[in-house]
Amino acid sequence: MTSSSIQNRRQFLKTAALSGVIAGSYSLPVIAGIDKFELTDSLPDSMKTPGQDFTNYGQPSLHEQRVIRWISANPAAPGNGVSWTPLHDLQGTITPNGLHYERHHNGVPEIDPQTHTLLIDGLVEHPLSFNIANLLRYPMKSRTCFIECGGNSNSGWRSNPIQSQAGYAHGLVSNAEWTGIPLKLLLNEAGIKPSAKWAIAEGADGASLNVSIPIEKLLDDALLALYQNGERLRPENGYPIRLVLPGWEGILNVKWLRQLRLSEHPAMTRDETSQYTDLLPDGKARQFSFINDAKSLITSPSLGMQLPDNPGIYQISGLAWSGRGKISRVEISADGGETWVDAELEGPILDKAFTRFHLAWQWQGQYAILQSRATDETGYVQPTRDVLLANRGKHGFFHYNAIVSWEITEEGDINHVYGF
Amino acid sequence: MSMAFKLFLLLFILSHNAYAEALYQHLGNKAQALSQQLQYNLTISPDGQGLPIGKGNATQGAKLFKQQCSSCHGPAGIGASAEPLVGEVGSLRSNYPEKTVNSYWPYATTLFDYIRRAMPIDAPFSLTADEVYALSAYILNQDDIIANDVELNEETLPKVIMPNIDGFISFYPDPN
Repeated sequence: MTSSSIQNRRQFLKTAALSGVIAGSYSLPVIAGIDKFELTDSLPDSMKTPGQDFTNYGQPSLHEQRVIRWISANPAAPGNGVSWTPLHDLQGTITPNGLHYERHHNGVPEIDPQTHTLLIDGLVEHPLSFNIANLLRYPMKSRTCFIECGGNSNSGWRSNPIQSQAGYAHGLVSNAEWTGIPLKLLLNEAGIKPSAKWAIAEGADGASLNVSIPIEKLLDDALLALYQNGERLRPENGYPIRLVLPGWEGILNVKWLRQLRLSEHPAMTRDETSQYTDLLPDGKARQFSFINDAKSLITSPSLGMQLPDNPGIYQISGLAWSGRGKISRVEISADGGETWVDAELEGPILDKAFTRFHLAWQWQGQYAILQSRATDETGYVQPTRDVLLANRGKHGFFHYNAIVSWEITEEGDINHVYGF
Repeated sequence: MSMAFKLFLLLFILSHNAYAEALYQHLGNKAQALSQQLQYNLTISPDGQGLPIGKGNATQGAKLFKQQCSSCHGPAGIGASAEPLVGEVGSLRSNYPEKTVNSYWPYATTLFDYIRRAMPIDAPFSLTADEVYALSAYILNQDDIIANDVELNEETLPKVIMPNIDGFISFYPDPN
């Protein structure tokens, strides 16, 4: 018996068993009639050879290699810059760890968890140090939330609309499940003195980044995160430990955390005075504007894509988030804000986390302006760009959360526009 | 007590605690001594707390600036790949505001804190305290915030009044 005839026989038996027909019945000639050369020709190669070996750590398909973080750094200091999450290439709400946005002030440090220490001192009863092995024994909580850089979308302050893909203009925000120790456990163990109102957090990177954080937030919902989407933190996201402060701007979520010094007053560090403050038209600046207000963005269709069918049906999809709580509503406009329709929100809708929205859109081929507008559970409504600029002026630089407008031309091209 | 009842009690205690207050062991190590070490006292407060002993003036700073800073910040502290440091004092209300150290930063102590920990960007913590005081003096002197002959040290630096000291409105607690 040749191997192909064995195969045919097996196929037959299987077919016979499944259909309940007894071997040797009239169905035999049908199965035997399949030509092995015909199959060889028509089956894809992947079905005719063994596949690749197992891998210790999986990687995306070779066909998805263009789905990358876009790096924008200072050529003279390549560790000082950002990389953008490609929001326009992703679906769902969880950002894969390799695509979580980055903001580094002087590169990604290589830290050995065996030698890393966290010191909690200042206005505490007992200064305490913790090594990573001990921290791993504490009770942990998991929390899905977004982290957004205070400088996300800051091209929106420019007088001309930037023609970058959605993620490469608005992707200094990502959403992950963070697992770690509620900070209050560690602070209470050290014993907080009543005069302590702030904690000066410091990272162990080449910028020794330091910022002041209200104790109130650390006692509320802050995590000392050790895990990101189920695995230990990536180096670029703070390995071995980072702060996660749900809803508060990225700079406060200090990576590579080495110290929390409790104090009565903020330290007025560079990154809470000269940076991450919002200059207003009267020359004053908003300081300690920690919370990321509600925001949304249509990720598809968006700039860089093309609408192939005219007319055609397109699934509008995007993300909404708020640092003040849950997203309660997302509306879509196709006419530059004249009329709005509620999008469908995909559950579960989580507090201070990405919410995915959808709406099917029947395009009749007309010129259109697609927009999304988020409302959060506090009733805050995402502003238009005109309203944001009327309130903050043109030089705020940080905390830009205005409605984004995608222009759809009659040819199905997509551009970023202002004025709606 | 039967073994089953003992197990029941144990589970009850564990689950009760899990809901009321987490049951866990305190594993922090006493760190009074560590807390005193220089390496854990890097942050400088506006009142000068944390400043090391040292001194420097603008003339010394000018020389250092040329060697250590000008390749990124420009020969006069403005105009190269890094952020502008000097000039533009009083520009914040204008149509073209520029946020330089001298026009925007509210506290001079932040200069010492930041230069020491982060600059030069390819060699943080490589400057001595005297050098950081001197560089701070040079930058401040460029806009006459201090005179050329002022010696900055742990006493005088916190006393420098920056032009934009009153330029910030705290948004914490959140007014919304």
